[in-house]
Amino acid sequence: MKRKNKRKISYQQAINEALHQEMERDARVFIYGLDVADHKSIFGSTAGLAKRFGGSRCFSTPLSEDALMGFGIGAALNGLRPVNVHIRVEFLLLAMNQLVNIASSLRYGSNGKISVPLVVRAVIGRGWGQGYQHSKSLQSLFAHIPGLKVIMPTTPYDAKGLIISAIRDNNPVICLENRWLYWIEDHVPKNLYTVPIGKGRVLKRGADITVVATSWMNVEAYDAATVLAKKGVNIEIIDPRTIYPLDEQLIVKSVNKTGHCIVADYDWLNCGFSAEVASRVSEKCFGKLKSPVTRIGFAPTPCPTTRPLENLFYPNATDIIRAVETKLGLNRADLSKEKFHTWENKFKGPF
Amino acid sequence: MNMRSVSKNKKKPALDFKKTESKKLSLATKLILYRKMFLSRKAEEKIQEEYKNDEMKTPMHMSMGEEAIAAGVCTALGQRAQIFSTYRTHAVYLSSTEDIKGFFAELYGKDSGSGGGKGGSMHLADPDKGVMFSSAVVGTNIPSALGAAFANRHFKNKKIAVAFFGDGAVDEGVFWESINMASLWKLPVLFVYEDNGFAIHTPASLRHSYKNIAQVVKSFGYQVVEYSGADVEEIFQLVRSSLKRLDNGPIFLALKYYRYLEHVGTEEDFSAGYRDKNEFLKWHRKDPVKMQRDKLVKLGLVSRILKLEQEILDKINKAVSQAKTDTLPNPKRLYFGVYENEKEK
Repeated sequence: MKRKNKRKISYQQAINEALHQEMERDARVFIYGLDVADHKSIFGSTAGLAKRFGGSRCFSTPLSEDALMGFGIGAALNGLRPVNVHIRVEFLLLAMNQLVNIASSLRYGSNGKISVPLVVRAVIGRGWGQGYQHSKSLQSLFAHIPGLKVIMPTTPYDAKGLIISAIRDNNPVICLENRWLYWIEDHVPKNLYTVPIGKGRVLKRGADITVVATSWMNVEAYDAATVLAKKGVNIEIIDPRTIYPLDEQLIVKSVNKTGHCIVADYDWLNCGFSAEVASRVSEKCFGKLKSPVTRIGFAPTPCPTTRPLENLFYPNATDIIRAVETKLGLNRADLSKEKFHTWENKFKGPF
Repeated sequence: MNMRSVSKNKKKPALDFKKTESKKLSLATKLILYRKMFLSRKAEEKIQEEYKNDEMKTPMHMSMGEEAIAAGVCTALGQRAQIFSTYRTHAVYLSSTEDIKGFFAELYGKDSGSGGGKGGSMHLADPDKGVMFSSAVVGTNIPSALGAAFANRHFKNKKIAVAFFGDGAVDEGVFWESINMASLWKLPVLFVYEDNGFAIHTPASLRHSYKNIAQVVKSFGYQVVEYSGADVEEIFQLVRSSLKRLDNGPIFLALKYYRYLEHVGTEEDFSAGYRDKNEFLKWHRKDPVKMQRDKLVKLGLVSRILKLEQEILDKINKAVSQAKTDTLPNPKRLYFGVYENEKEK
């Protein structure tokens, strides 16, 4: 694909640009939540919006997540297009009632008379030592609910395009943004463009094994691919980008080609998105599978704070490499000299 | 501009509702108030009659006793209403929409119901006719009225967002979050607190650390109106004069009434022993529907009343027989309406 625009910006800047451009284009869009208009501006993602669009279109709020979600629902069904932001996905749990009992169901319960064009942004994942309440991801929880859409952009390009799509979507959309991805840089066009919700993409082509990876796990999968390539193994990385609605065809096509599937999900395994993918692959690719689907995800524990245990909690490139070796019956490679992509040392906190 | 942006008008003087109460109502308004209450009452009596046949498969939370609040508020608001209601919403829905056919068809789970049978008794809604949605998790409808009011201010569309809720809802955290935010941002929201003294079967004395919520809410900077009674004209007047003050910020109407029937279901439950039938009899002596009828009779409007009543009864009977014969949803309707832009399967 030719890219005329070679400008590189970070994930955080891409989100910020998407918001600026959509708020410029459509006066109905507004953004609100705890501290969205303060000097830290949600890791920079809401920087400048209050100044540019005024305090009635970008405003910090009381710490009332439950009522704030209801507020967004009321504004949305009355014609505005709210973007509600949570600096940690854990805080969004305070609004689950509004999401699951109201936002998701109003359209259905009114026989299609009401729409709720609401975007909920939440920051997920690892910093360092964030403990069990600033570290989760929870896409499986949200994607379980009919009536909600869930997006999980990995690249800055997708972050901008998917957030624009989410704002224009007439349904409630949850956007989960990994804290570590905020530093990723990529080519991002200046103009307004959309990435369709419900379309995944092949992040790297390969013929030997399909790795379906979500969010930060794509970075880990890419690192794994580089190491495995030296051994002559080419993995194909599929980034679904949207958790619901899922681009099942893209995954099925890839697994039918490779005959092997690893799901590397940035979430817990039990009853999770990885189980959903495994189930669909088992149903749709049964005759083509050369090995059972393998799943990689968070340890089945709350997230510990201390570094050595936190390192074990989150899955990484090594886990993917080992899974590939097991699947293909390869000897375990010596990884002691390999340098993997980790920002746990770049991250200086405090949040 | 900031979130507190309110009307540039000079702040209006403090509320003095007594002054406005004496303002005369037109006969037409008096009759409308009665029509809405009579409709709610008779529709529910019809439900009581028919419910035992088990064709209306939806939990009924009956409005009986509450008719004056619903009719008073809905008539005062008229076409401007954007109501966020609760599961006890028959009177509110009928007073706002007077959509008798859609109402019964919805209770019978038919295609022709106001929600195609998807909502039932607890989720009656018709946004085009002023009922935005009705929620059955107590208190959860309240914050949406705030967002709706925020949008109304943005669009300057003259619509008025109203949250109906009972004295159980104020036990919920979301109520206090909403009370705070609406006042902080001076949102033009009408809070209609319908106090029947019980949340399900538990009296307020076992749930509230405070005696009078109106006093507590006042301390958040609210314009509060308290009323105990069932005179629909008085309630109408209170609401009408309150609406003029919405530019100053949210208004809290604290209205007492008595729930005639069980929490859920269509029967009395005085034999359960958690409340005293004498209390009911005290309220029933001033039954809102009867009281308004007596007033109209005194005004010499007997023939108009009889005509109006017959029309409503005919409509109810027709709506019920129609609902019984209307088609049930095709199985394919199960999948319709979850997301917008989907293809109907």
